[in-house]
Amino acid sequence: MASQALLIKDIHMEAKIFSRRLLLGVFLVLGLSALLTGRLAWLQILDFDHYSDLALQNRVKISPLAPSRGLIYDRNGVLLAENIPSYNLEITPEEISDMQGLLKSLQQLLSLEESDLNRFRKQVARSPAFESIPLLTNLSDHQLALFEVSRHIYPGVEVLATLQRHYPEKELFAHLLGYVGRINEAELAKIDPINYRGTTHIGKLGIEQQYESLLHGQSGLQSREVNSHGRPIRVLDEDRPTEGDSIVLTLDRDLQQIAYDALENESGAIVAMDPTSGEVLAMVSRPSYDPNLFVHGISTKDYSALTSNVETPLINRAIRGQYPPGSTIKPLTALAGLENNTIDPVTKYFARPFYQIKGQERKYRDWKRSGHGWVNVVDALAVSSDVYFYDMSHRLGIDKMAEMYAQFGMGSITGIDLPGEKQGILPSRQWKKKRQNIAWYPGETLIVGIGQGYMLTTPLQLANFTSCIAMRGACREPHLLKTQLSKESGKQDLTTEGWQIELNNERNWDYIIEGMVNVMHAPNGTARRSAADAEYKIAGKTGTAQVFSLAEDERYNADELARDLHDHALFVAFAPAENPQIAISVIVEHGGGGSTAAAPVARKVLDAWLVRKDTKPDG
Amino acid sequence: MVELSGERRSRLSLRLDPILLLGILLLGCLGMVVLYSASGQDLGIVYKQAVRIGVGLFVMTLIAQTPVHWFRETAWWLYLIALIMLVLVLIVGDIGKGAQRWLVIGPIRFQPSELMKLAMPMAIAAWFASRQLPPNTIESLIALVLVLVPMFLIVRQPDLGTALLVGSSGAIVIFFAGIGWRLLLVLLTAVAAGVPVLWHFMHDYQRRRVMTFLNPENDPLGAGYHIIQSKIALGSGGIDGKGWLNGSQSSLQFIPERTTDFVFSVYAEEFGFIGVAVLVLLYLSVVLRGFYLAYTAQDTFARLLGASLGMIFFVYFFVNVGMVSGLLPVVGVPLPLVSYGGTSMVTLMAAFGMLMAIGTEKRLMPQ
Repeated sequence: MASQALLIKDIHMEAKIFSRRLLLGVFLVLGLSALLTGRLAWLQILDFDHYSDLALQNRVKISPLAPSRGLIYDRNGVLLAENIPSYNLEITPEEISDMQGLLKSLQQLLSLEESDLNRFRKQVARSPAFESIPLLTNLSDHQLALFEVSRHIYPGVEVLATLQRHYPEKELFAHLLGYVGRINEAELAKIDPINYRGTTHIGKLGIEQQYESLLHGQSGLQSREVNSHGRPIRVLDEDRPTEGDSIVLTLDRDLQQIAYDALENESGAIVAMDPTSGEVLAMVSRPSYDPNLFVHGISTKDYSALTSNVETPLINRAIRGQYPPGSTIKPLTALAGLENNTIDPVTKYFARPFYQIKGQERKYRDWKRSGHGWVNVVDALAVSSDVYFYDMSHRLGIDKMAEMYAQFGMGSITGIDLPGEKQGILPSRQWKKKRQNIAWYPGETLIVGIGQGYMLTTPLQLANFTSCIAMRGACREPHLLKTQLSKESGKQDLTTEGWQIELNNERNWDYIIEGMVNVMHAPNGTARRSAADAEYKIAGKTGTAQVFSLAEDERYNADELARDLHDHALFVAFAPAENPQIAISVIVEHGGGGSTAAAPVARKVLDAWLVRKDTKPDG
Repeated sequence: MVELSGERRSRLSLRLDPILLLGILLLGCLGMVVLYSASGQDLGIVYKQAVRIGVGLFVMTLIAQTPVHWFRETAWWLYLIALIMLVLVLIVGDIGKGAQRWLVIGPIRFQPSELMKLAMPMAIAAWFASRQLPPNTIESLIALVLVLVPMFLIVRQPDLGTALLVGSSGAIVIFFAGIGWRLLLVLLTAVAAGVPVLWHFMHDYQRRRVMTFLNPENDPLGAGYHIIQSKIALGSGGIDGKGWLNGSQSSLQFIPERTTDFVFSVYAEEFGFIGVAVLVLLYLSVVLRGFYLAYTAQDTFARLLGASLGMIFFVYFFVNVGMVSGLLPVVGVPLPLVSYGGTSMVTLMAAFGMLMAIGTEKRLMPQ
């Protein structure tokens, strides 16, 4: 207020300035109004004859033609997403003499909802009488049959076919393919309005969303001649729409089915990929759902059943589920120790039942009550000795461990061609400082070394690092698109990308792979039962991820715990060990031990891929 | 003062400007007549529009009773609140799925850019009123920043059309405040130079829309076709029109968005050039009455605010008619008071409420 008091305003000058500008404003308004009036006089008086003729001859109506959506196949040409005819019941009002009676009769015949009728009546009021209006969309077979039988008594009522997206494999590929649904307001703002003019559905999730631009195609248009009442007489010109490109995925339908069945009714995830190419062969997340429910708009009841399910069937656990890796991380911890010369491949260490940091009371226990005795790194992997890794991690330090994990993609997305991938957590000194602003405690290093504590990984990340080990550092980016089948540019195969992990000592690959082979095939290997009678050599690693922490002196006892506190069972593997063709990760939520709950699941998938492939004549 | 207001209250007299009110009512009623035809004789739409106008008139009457200095005192607060809500819309909009232009507070769905359409001219007028006119370069540039910040936020929503309208509502105040011609020239040059920079920061789909906006033939099914059909409707209306409910372009659905953005085409087809001339005169009388109320106002703030509100109303009218007659590119601006739609009706009526408060206040002040 002080500054205002100091400011002595020249009120008359202000009024004068304003009045001058206002006068300019008046001239501007009058001038622009004259411009508009002139423009309209030109159109309505001078050009009246011209436009009047045009209005009389205005015989051309243009309507968009939506392209049909590209199909999706598995690697062997099995159809995963198709377009099937869907039937709508349509009525042309001008052909009906008694609309009320007709609607009543149809309502009884097909048990229509009152809301359908109201929507229909509204649309009738707004449209010309010769235009046919849908009364019911997506008729069931039963409704279709009922109508067909009595069709003759309903002139002016027709069944019209449109194309609708359908997923014949239902639950099996729900998380991978996603689904299409009606375009919503947010999507409307982001799509090309010209190209989507005739389109009602858009890819919402998964492959359908990821490759929307390939699958959609180019819309066309049709001009029709109409008479002076607007009734269409004939088609004048048609610019056919260009179909969307079909795509072939890297997935194998049969392998997916076997993996899906192998999980039985457990919640969990499986990712299987070809380590030589990064092609994802199967990706399962259970429980699943039927994506067909979403295509026509899911009912509130079905939707709340899906969202209220505590097992979260809508979430793709393979890329969005984040779990502690448990002992499956040990091969990478071992590699970090070997590369930094913290351990050497031959020296044995006496693994007691527990480990203590010097000067601290706390006992870090081994999963095996009696301890493992004298073990070197290869043995430690085979028997999954916690104490061996506690000791090594303590001497190695978190920084070097985190550096090694990061090289294998921990803590970052793999970049797979699916939307919504999570990156997990790669704990490090900086990460903890940033997240909690607390210093890193030495004890936490020990826990991370056996894959517990802060560390979180997705099943895809686990399969990805296993595949890196299988290829001895020649990593391939996991991906799902194999081939694009374009009408214009023909068949295009996708080239795979990758990166190389260089070790100081290439021999170190041999030691961790040997350890992983011993997990499966040594007499004391943790997963030896799951490799029994295998026709090929497997390299694997079991893991058990704690869902909650036990006090120092407690022991885990499954019988005493609620099911949702049971450990997660994990398992990663690749096979054949000397010539890897498949890498796999399995997670069984609250399944208990990795060796008993997860490894047998993986064995079924490995058998299916390797044994079946060998017997196939064309491989 | 006390006696005077006491006396007025005893007569139960409302502070309304009868001439402005008449113009508004005539336009609103004319609108409902056209809407009945444009909607294919749907009384439901006419009824809903009547309710909206009624609510709008109520808001207008309330605001017209407010002392003008309140507008000045609340200007900055309103501007600040609108600004915060515009930021909020961007943040919340990122999380939520649906439209990013809306803010939901309990049962109320609210578009902050609508509040900004009022807060912007109020704040800029308050800024200049606290200084000596004409503004120097620095004062003008500060006002410009006040205009550009909300514009930038609305562009991010993204809603280029509304951003331009909100921006012009502020720019009009700067013009009426007497910004120097030389500075105006420099600014216009800068705007022209800034276009390529803006282009660089736009999304792909926004660029596509701008291209369609500039060249409707890019979009044979959309804007281009619409403009051709709209021009046929206007031209075939002739001098005296085809008569109410008899517009073939409208009833055969050749005209797009018949009840909203293209309602003028329906009107001009059915009522011809005579009808158009009447409508232009009606709009002009509302705008010029607004200017007159501003001219006779007591202080600089009231004059600036009043004149700019009148001018904004004219801009909406001009842009809409210019668009349907093919003079201007197609932007989604409704014909004020006539087009069907509720979001902008309340804002518009609130603005008229402020104009009436400005126009009637002087009679309360002893000369």
